Order: sequence, then C-alpha cells, then structure tokens
Amino acid sequence: MMKQITFVARTVLAALREIFDEAAYARFLQRECQESSTDAYAEFWRERGNAYGRRSRCC
Amino acid sequence: MLDGMKGLSFFVWGCVALLGTAAVGVVALHRGEPINAIWLVMAAACCYALGYRFYSKFIAAKILALDALRATPAERLENGRDFLVTNKWVVFGHHFAAIAGPGPLVGPVLAAQFGYLPGTLWVLAGAVFAGCVQDFVILLFSVRRDGKSLTEMAKEETGRIGGFVAYAAVIVILVILLSVVALVVVNALKASPWGTFTIAMTIPIALLMGIYLRRIRPGKVMEASVLGFVLVMLAIWGGQFVSQNPGLARVFTFSAGTLAVLILIYGFAASALPVWLLLAPRDYLSTFVKLGTISLLAIGIVGLRPTLHMPSLTRFIDGTGPVFSGKIFPFAFITIACGAVSGFHSLISSGTTPKLIARETETRMVGYGAMIAESAVALMAIIAASVLQPGVYFAINSPAGIVGQPPEAAAATISSWGFPVTAGEMQALAHAVGEQTLYNRTGGAPAFAVGMANIFSNSLGGQAVMAVWYHFAIMFEALFILTVLDAGTRVARFMIQDAMAHVYPPLGRTSWYPSILATSGVVVASWGYFLWQGVKDPLGGINSLWPLFGIANQLLATVALCVATTIIVKMHRKKYAWVTLGPLAMLVAVTFTASWHKVFDPSPRIGFLAQASALAASPATNETARLILNNRLDAVVTAALVMMVVLVLIESARVWIGVLRGNKDARVREVAFVMTRLAEEQ
Repeated sequence: MMKQITFVARTVLAALREIFDEAAYARFLQRECQESSTDAYAEFWRERGNAYGRRSRCC
Repeated sequence: MLDGMKGLSFFVWGCVALLGTAAVGVVALHRGEPINAIWLVMAAACCYALGYRFYSKFIAAKILALDALRATPAERLENGRDFLVTNKWVVFGHHFAAIAGPGPLVGPVLAAQFGYLPGTLWVLAGAVFAGCVQDFVILLFSVRRDGKSLTEMAKEETGRIGGFVAYAAVIVILVILLSVVALVVVNALKASPWGTFTIAMTIPIALLMGIYLRRIRPGKVMEASVLGFVLVMLAIWGGQFVSQNPGLARVFTFSAGTLAVLILIYGFAASALPVWLLLAPRDYLSTFVKLGTISLLAIGIVGLRPTLHMPSLTRFIDGTGPVFSGKIFPFAFITIACGAVSGFHSLISSGTTPKLIARETETRMVGYGAMIAESAVALMAIIAASVLQPGVYFAINSPAGIVGQPPEAAAATISSWGFPVTAGEMQALAHAVGEQTLYNRTGGAPAFAVGMANIFSNSLGGQAVMAVWYHFAIMFEALFILTVLDAGTRVARFMIQDAMAHVYPPLGRTSWYPSILATSGVVVASWGYFLWQGVKDPLGGINSLWPLFGIANQLLATVALCVATTIIVKMHRKKYAWVTLGPLAMLVAVTFTASWHKVFDPSPRIGFLAQASALAASPATNETARLILNNRLDAVVTAALVMMVVLVLIESARVWIGVLRGNKDARVREVAFVMTRLAEEQ
C-alpha cells in the first residue's frame, strides 16, 4: 500500500515538474553542465522562448 | 484461472453497462421533480469507462494497430528539448493542462438555457464518439509522422488546399476565440470593483513571479506558483475592502467599453513583452489554480451531491432563448463545442504532445483519456449552472435588450416565462456575492461563478464566505481567459510572422521589434474589433460571437476528421472509416446548418443579414451604420469559413474515391518503422 502511495505521489510530482517546466530546466542544466543561476535561467529562456511562445493553449 | 478472470471481467463490465444505462435513463427520462447531480456523475463515469475500455480499444486494435515495438519520435529524435521520452502519466497531465481552457466551462453554462439534458447527452456522446476519437487518432498520426502539425499533415495527405484551409481556419478561430473570451471577462468585470481589483492584481503578481524566477530563485516554478497563489488569494480577500471603500471602489469600477480598451492594451503588451516576464508566470499560475480548482469542484460535487433546479428541458428548445437565439439543433452542439469535441485540440495533439510519447500504445490513454477528463470538466460546468434556480440563471445570463433594464421589469419578464424570480431575491444574491447587481451578466462566467460559489459555500465556510468563493471563481475563469489571450495573441502573431516572411523576410524574425509590434498590432486590432462589436451589441455580444466561435471551432474539427479519414482510407481500413466519418458527418450537419441559420435565418435575433436588414429599416441612430456593417461582416466570416471547409471536404472526398477506385496513390506519409530500444532497456 505504502509503495503504491509513493508511486502515485512520485508520478504526480513528476507530472507537475514537467507541466511547470522545472524538469525542462533540470535537463537544460544537465545538458549544459551548469549549476542553477540567474545567468543559466536566462540562457534557458533564450533557448526556449520562441518555442514556448508558439505553444497553443486550448479554448 | 484465465476463464475465471474473463468471467469476472465480463461480470464487472456488465454491471458498469447496466448501471450506466440506468443512470442515463434516469437523467434522460426524469421529469417534473428536481434531480440529484449524482445521477449525472454516475452516467458520465459509466459512459467514460465503457468508451475508454471498449471503443478506444477497438480503435487502437482494429484501425490504428498500435505497435508498442515501433520507436516514436520522442525516442528516435530525442534532443532533450522538444523531443523527449516521457512517462505516460506526465504526458497525460501535460496534455490535459494544455487542452483544458475556459471553453468547456462557458459553453455548457450557456447551453443550460435548453435545460441540463441536451448538454449532458452531447457532452457524453460527443466526447466518447467524436472528441476523444479525434484527439486520439490525430495524436497517433502525428506520432507516426515525427510530430508533424495538423496543417502539415493536411497538406501532405489531402493536398495543398487542406493545408491552407487548416492554417487560415486556425488564424480565424484564434481571432474569434480571443474576442469572445475577452468579452466574457468584460461582462464578468463590468461594474465589479472587487472582481476588477482581483484580476488587475494578477498582472503585478505574474510579473513578480517572473522576476522571482529570474532573479531570486531561478527555475523554482512550483515554489513561485505557490507564492503567486497565496498572493492571489490575498487579492481576493482584499477585494472586499476595495468594494466597500467608496473612493477605491470608484477607481476599480469600469464600464464595459473601458474594460475592453484595458484588455486590448494588456493583450498588446503581453504579446510584445518577453515570454519569461509575463506569459510564462501567468501560465504557471493559471495552471496551478486550474488543476486545483477543477479537483476541488469535482470533490465538492461528489461530496455534496447538489440538487439540480434547472429542468431537464426548457421551453427555449424552440429557439426563442434569451441567452442566445436558435433551436436546440444545431445551436446546443456549437455552443457546447469544446466540452464534446474541439478542433483546437487537434493542434495540441499534433503539437507538443506527440514529441513526448514514449510508446505508440500510450496515445490511447493520453489522446482519448485526456479528452474524457475535459468532458468531465464540461459536465461539472453543466452541474454548476443547473444548481441555480432557473429564474436566477436567466436573470444573470439574459441581456437587458431582451428582459429590460430595470430589475423589476427583468424579474417580471423572466417570471412570465415560468421561471419565477424577484428583484429582491436577485438583490439579496448580489449582496451575498459582494456585487452591486447580477442582472445582465451575459457570457456564462458569472452564472458559473454563482453556481460554483453555491457548491463551495455549502461544503466549505457556509453562506458567510459565498462572496469570497464567487470572486475566487471569477478570478479562476478570468485567469484562464487572460492566459488564453496572452498565449493566443502570441501564437497568432508567430503564425502571421511566418507567413509574412515569404513577402519580406525580416518580418519573419521573431526578435525584431518593428515586426513584433506590427504583427502584435494586427492581431490585437483583429480580435479587438470583434470585442468592441460585442461590447456595443444591444443583444449582449455573446449572442453573435459565441456561435461564431463554436462554428469556427467545430469547422476546424471537421478539417481534422477529414485528415484522419483520409489517412484511415489510405491505410486500407476503409471498412472502419465510419469511426471518423460518423463524427465528421455529424459535425458537417451541425456546422453547416448553424452557419446557414446565422447567415440567412429570417429572424433578426438569429440571422446576421436579417438583423442588418432590421437595423436598416429601423430609425437610424449614431450606431446603426456600424451595427449593420458588423452584422454583414459576421455573415461574410461565417460564409468564408464554410466555403473553406467545403473545399477541404471536396479535396478529401476526391482522395477517398481515388484511393478506393485504385487510381490514386494510397501511400501514407508515415516515417519508416524503426524498432524501439526501450523494450530492451526495460
């Protein structure tokens, strides 16, 4: 039972991290071998700003 | 052992089918006494479970032949950015957050003027047989084409016209969508200092979140979202003091016209500002509130099991409704739109989502399953609207041009329809939710907010906090809508920049400010025109604009289903083409009939041209010439949309007939099969 609850909690957290782009930022840091910083975050947005702006949100 | 399991499964699903039949029967056949909302919930749960378990499985096995061994673009093209192998539940959450917008909340509330039954039946049947199918097949077809967009697939599979029409339809839909959702916000906030203050505060809160993420705690989005949510809740709580202070209340009390201008300025600024500063933080905040509120509303409905006071069918199925004009067919269908089937979803299903899918087999859960969740949201909106006394519902949603301006006159008109309500009752309700008046709040959002506040206040806090819940609901919807405005304006701007690049290449540069300002101006002016038209419309604007939006949205679904049918025919699955042809035929019937009525119906309350003629024949005022022009423009837009879709239908039918006769190339443009490595790794 505890195992299942942990699994569900982990999955929900992973989904939220993906939805809120924290996972994308973590991947960016890993790919670029950088620590999180204001410069790194600015670079992250420079890279993905256009793609993010093109994302449709539904009605 | 196996036979035992099979027998148990047969028994369980048999029980689900029986329970579902009984619940749908109660919902459909119950007359006279109020019904409990739990019947709707039960009917929906059984229909969704059966649809997912059997219908989607049938489509997956017999038509699409989902292959767990075939590598998806997320695996083959993985780059850590757009293409990324992602857990199916994470993709589901991501996809649902992208497809769930204000449409499934507003449309069903408006359609409740026919009673709760038509909306409920269409939300269930439409989702299971049309909306979910469209989202599922388009997602899978995009996965098999390296995540190509609907317009690219239309161009490749049906021809250039299909691609062009899909592109043009998206732009037109965006413009109409943005104008209509902006109108919903205007109608919700006019003469409401509390609501306006709360929504105004979300702008500095979003900017603060942007700066927090950029300068203080880089990348800590969930933390910033929680902080933003706390600040928004404080703004809602503080709004009551603003409304009680005469000086502050005056500052935050705006007419519809002023609010429209402010929203136009906001839309332009949001489109031109850097993404990280306003669009992204507002998007995060909106998603945070959206997921939380939808879950809370679902818990509230199931826990409280409210009684529906709206009858199953009202007298307005004859087309004389005050909320919007037109008979139950086709207008119930185009009004509900996104809650049952939404063309816009095909853009998401062929956008970000196909690039995250790890296995083909997961498209069923993500595509079909997320649309079931969206349909459930629409059902909650029907329940929220139907828990209101019908007299109250019509007093909130009817324009002054129909029920009259003075409260007593409006109450008398609505009571004469058989839905008793008094001016005193409305005044008490307005007072309870912290508003000066609730009359003529067309657009669906205030009615939904009152219904939601009713449900919440009965489960949490009682009547004392009803005003807070009402403004929470208004904030929730407005936040949703302003996010769609930000994102939609920007998406339309990019699309225009891409097109303009063919004429003058620098215009295509998305970082070149003259181009950004010019194209943002074009987009904002386009939806601003329709917004202004709605604000000045004596019938409340929603009557003209929401059907136009519904028609445009459903016509895009028609294009998506044409593409899907073409691919199915080319895959030599012609005997199963009815799976997409059926909903396609339904949508063609609905949208073409609705378009015909909106253009040519002799009633001035329905037909744009009849309204223009009626205005021309009436005594001229300063506004007459503009109103006539607006009606004619609406007629031209509707006709142009239909003509474009007719071209796609003809183009698609030519391909189908050619393939079936054997004189057309039946090759589908899928990428070649590559064996997945994920199975081995696992």
